[in-house]
Amino acid sequence: MLELDELTVTYRLESSDVPAVRGVSLELAAGEALGLAGESGSGKSSVALALLRLLPRSAVVGGRVMLDGEDVLAMKWGRLRAVRWSSASIVFQGAQHGLNPVQRIGDQIAEPLLVHRQASGADASKRVRELLAQVGLPAWRARSYPHELSGGQRQRVMIAMALACEPQLIIADEPTTALDLMVQAQVLTLIRQLIADHGISLLMISHDLSVLADVCDRLAVMYAGRLVEVGPSSGEFRHPYSQALAAAFPTVGDPASRLAPRGLAGDPPDPQQLPGGCAFHPRCPVALESCATSDVQLRASGTDRTAACVLVGE
Amino acid sequence: MLEATDLHVEFSGRGSRRARAVDGVNLSVGAGEIVALVGESGCGKTTLARTLLGLERPTSGKISYDGTPLSYSGRSLRTFRRQVQLVLQDPMGSLNPRHTVYEAVAEGPRIHGLPDEEAVVSSALARAGLRPPERFFQRYPHELSGGQRQRVVIAGALALDPKVLIADEPVASLDASVRGEILSLLLRLRDDLGLSALVVTHDLGLAWNIADRIAVMYLGRIVESGPTEHVLKDPQHPYTQALLSVLPESPNRIVLTGEPPDPTRIPTGCRFHPRCQLVAAGKGTEACTTQPLQVLPATTDPQVSCHVADLVGRDRK
Amino acid sequence: MSNVTWVRRRRAIGRFWADFRTHPSGVVGLVILAVAVVLALVAPLFIDSSVTNVVSGTGAKMAPPSLDDPLGTDESGRSVLLMIWWGSRTSLLIGFLAALLSMVIGTVLGIAAGHFRGWIGAVILRVTDWFLVLPSLVTALVLAAILGGSTATIIVAIGVTSWPSTARLIRAQTLAVEARPYIERSWALGAGHWHITTRHVLPNVAPLLLASTTLEVASAIVTESTLAFLGVSANKTSWGTMLRGSYDWGAATAGAWWYILLPGLCIVTVVMAFTLCGRALESVLNPRLRTRAHA
Repeated sequence: MLELDELTVTYRLESSDVPAVRGVSLELAAGEALGLAGESGSGKSSVALALLRLLPRSAVVGGRVMLDGEDVLAMKWGRLRAVRWSSASIVFQGAQHGLNPVQRIGDQIAEPLLVHRQASGADASKRVRELLAQVGLPAWRARSYPHELSGGQRQRVMIAMALACEPQLIIADEPTTALDLMVQAQVLTLIRQLIADHGISLLMISHDLSVLADVCDRLAVMYAGRLVEVGPSSGEFRHPYSQALAAAFPTVGDPASRLAPRGLAGDPPDPQQLPGGCAFHPRCPVALESCATSDVQLRASGTDRTAACVLVGE
Repeated sequence: MLEATDLHVEFSGRGSRRARAVDGVNLSVGAGEIVALVGESGCGKTTLARTLLGLERPTSGKISYDGTPLSYSGRSLRTFRRQVQLVLQDPMGSLNPRHTVYEAVAEGPRIHGLPDEEAVVSSALARAGLRPPERFFQRYPHELSGGQRQRVVIAGALALDPKVLIADEPVASLDASVRGEILSLLLRLRDDLGLSALVVTHDLGLAWNIADRIAVMYLGRIVESGPTEHVLKDPQHPYTQALLSVLPESPNRIVLTGEPPDPTRIPTGCRFHPRCQLVAAGKGTEACTTQPLQVLPATTDPQVSCHVADLVGRDRK
Repeated sequence: MSNVTWVRRRRAIGRFWADFRTHPSGVVGLVILAVAVVLALVAPLFIDSSVTNVVSGTGAKMAPPSLDDPLGTDESGRSVLLMIWWGSRTSLLIGFLAALLSMVIGTVLGIAAGHFRGWIGAVILRVTDWFLVLPSLVTALVLAAILGGSTATIIVAIGVTSWPSTARLIRAQTLAVEARPYIERSWALGAGHWHITTRHVLPNVAPLLLASTTLEVASAIVTESTLAFLGVSANKTSWGTMLRGSYDWGAATAGAWWYILLPGLCIVTVVMAFTLCGRALESVLNPRLRTRAHA
């Protein structure tokens, strides 16, 4: 369905080049839900934008992005426009800004339909009603303006827009950040239901591993522009960074984390000044001397898990 | 130490309707105690925190510090400010981008005319974990990482030698791997300096991480409070139960329908009844819809404000 | 002040100058302004007001530029060069002082209107709006006519009528700044109104103020010439009164381009210099603009 092969993204700035993504290879099967986790500056959002070539002009993309056997990076402009929305669509974070404040939401949902399918007005409004029903909103909401909706309802509208052209792949970038716990649960339940009902593939991006684990079958963890671990969402993490990320959001009731918040010393690295060797070694609690000098590639750890750490799989 | 008694804060909203953001709250923070105030956005937890800081005047009720009621005259408010300090959610926004780290931390001591400014700034930065402090004096906020910025904000508060910190979502805008370090800092400050803290958050995991006691707020009232283990492992109020049930790792979800209701239209009877899963399942009583609940007192013992949970509790005994 | 503070200040000034020098257009503007101001200041050492005396004109009437009068002469045979030199004193003085007056009134009222919510802010805002809808040129004309035509009167007339737009601008910026969390933090640290407005709001509106003041000086110089053109002059030679003179004496039809063009060119040059300088200052003083340029 979706295949990334050594994807790289480099931002060209006046003074220097900033490597945001440094070789990411991933596969996403049809109907599968994959979670991509990472912190700010890890390159996870650059990956999402590169998939549909939505990056700014200053970004140079390398490697290959195969969507249904077609190379997205080599596509002509017209074909790319058809692919956006109709085969793969993206749900952004911050539902406030993703919607046009002066247009009724029904018209906004219908827009990609009218653009891509040349559906007639009547068909489009029927489809809008269906879509609103799918995301759990009453049909009369089509006549509302974005400011009349709550944050959770706006996020539902964004999902309805993404579903409009029946894509096979949805890319969701932090779809529940800034939403309340209860509303977040509602939206996650909705996403889980939709991908199950329609057999849609999902690439979900978040900084919160527990949210990803909730929806996705497999998890990929990024650090400093690279994957450090890929594996099923059930099961233990092997890379020390993934473990730290998981511990940052503790399980309520777990006596080990009671009055003992766990984090990593230091800060996520500046992509312009990456440490040598394993990029994680300055913050790694179990680093060896060799980690400062020798880089590590992803290596197998168990049957379907890979991790980029010297302590894994030997 | 810091105590709110029968606190009400109202805002005049659009039209003639008044929003009762805080609608009867008793809450105390003891010496060396970390209390988490938990609730969804719009439940009034931030208003309550601002009122406890003296930034918002209550419509009725009072705030007292060390047994003395807070008066809003200039001088006593200034003395109060040296005791109770604030840490906000967004460390980038809480620092003036034009001020260096030194100026940001020295702001409090300058306002209060403390002697030996440089020594105060150095020691505050060091206590907030920025060492050696001199290296940070001339830096601007945009040159620091998110975690360092939040440490500068904490150092700015520590420079006044406060007894209580009020932290509004102190790690919500920080990177996941940095959260733990900032939370550990709060714990260490409590252990080393005996600092009390009220942490306002929507994150139950955070409360589990650092809080001694939890107060759960819904629509302007505290609906359940008690020691953290007690509230999070054995929640009594249906709202607390629902909040805990939607955490990713929990098995049986109770997803409440709708979003937090409007503080300008507080329901009659128990304010939670329109969303209550017990009422929806027919397990409620008539009192749920008609009879208002008592305001919970400021006690450290476990307590819950619910018509049904009381019955359930009695049945269990 | 402690030693550290002093070292920090000196370093900040050094850094400021180093940054400012990276803006060539700003340096050009600054040099032009410096030259104009220095020339205006030293003028009394070389010439006096007699160069503007109608009976002491030495050259021919409306003579084109020549070796004797490098920029030609006016209708009374006075040297345009010397008139411009002497007139720059009045033009710049009125420009600076009127802009200063308007800036002070606008800033104080703007910050007060933005900082004090409730009835104080509302009253100030109404007064500002009232002044804003007054036709300022007509008001300035009336004021100048009532108070007489001295330089001070012109300054007051321009200053008192041009502040409302500055006040509006500063109020909007004050509201934006006061919505920032660091204001909340400052209140919690125990700050009072004076601290908040002078330590946080004022430095934040300063770049905007600087830009608006540069334009204000420019527009004050233009307003002064308009007032002079409409017959309310400062009784002293300025670039504005020279322009009026050129119209009055039909310089355009007489083909005396030097008489019209040169005072006008002086106005344009000074206005441009102020603008270039202000833009450069703005980008130097605002650290966020600075990082954006680097990142």
